[in-house]
Amino acid sequence: MRNVYALISGGLFGLGLWISGMIDTTKVQGWLDVFGDWDPTLAFVMGGAIVPMAIAWQLTRGRKPLVGGNFPEAPAPRLGRNLVLGSVLFGMGWGLAGLCPGPAMAAVGLNGLGGLVFIAAMAAGMFAAPAVRTTLDRAVPAE
Amino acid sequence: MEQDWIMGLLGGLLIGLAGAVFLLGNGRVMGASGIIGGLVDGSGMSNKWERISFLVGLMVVPLALLPVYEKVDTHLTSNLWVIVAAGVLVGVGTRLANGCTSGHGVCGISRLSLRGIVATVMYILAGGLTVVFFRHLLGVI
Repeated sequence: MRNVYALISGGLFGLGLWISGMIDTTKVQGWLDVFGDWDPTLAFVMGGAIVPMAIAWQLTRGRKPLVGGNFPEAPAPRLGRNLVLGSVLFGMGWGLAGLCPGPAMAAVGLNGLGGLVFIAAMAAGMFAAPAVRTTLDRAVPAE
Repeated sequence: MEQDWIMGLLGGLLIGLAGAVFLLGNGRVMGASGIIGGLVDGSGMSNKWERISFLVGLMVVPLALLPVYEKVDTHLTSNLWVIVAAGVLVGVGTRLANGCTSGHGVCGISRLSLRGIVATVMYILAGGLTVVFFRHLLGVI
């Protein structure tokens, strides 16, 4: 069942990304471009997504996941350098191309060669990330 | 424009529902970068089929929609240098920060996670500055 739920979840996620227009890089860059032709759609998408998700978090109380095990504990509310630096780097890439990991996968059939190059570059970055983290921690100890 | 907001809200509800299924079904936080990253760096091999199933759904359902949506243009830049730079930044950044728009944004904010909120503010600020700099000052995107 674990894989079935994952498949359904991924499918709904892809469907939502298409319907919301978030696979269109101009809508993402339009949201970020406050000095241009600002496009507020992304705020509606985020707002719409947070509602069912907030209900889901409420439903986790006193329950177990359907496949068994436990719900994830809330991480310690510690911010740290990696969270901030990582988010800044991610935001720069997001702004440059208007793509983040979900839509990059969902729109792979529409983005042609560029979409595949993005996914390959993203995978390379993810592959390098543990080494980057180790190097950073050695140079300037975090936290 | 008004229709864009409605479709955004509808699509957003589906994205939230996707996260709810992943959480209530499997007890896991739906984060695209974490699901992919765990396969890429090998840290998530213990539940690799769950990750692969999610990605299959994510890629195949939209492909099945292709005939329905006659003319969808994602307006992805054709500048491969920009695409490579953006991809590497997104890959390194999301893994350092342990999350992206889905994990920190949708799943984190909805549980009022301080980390999720701070990450979301930071990547939106950085993304905004990047668009302003590269579009309005340099004119390359």
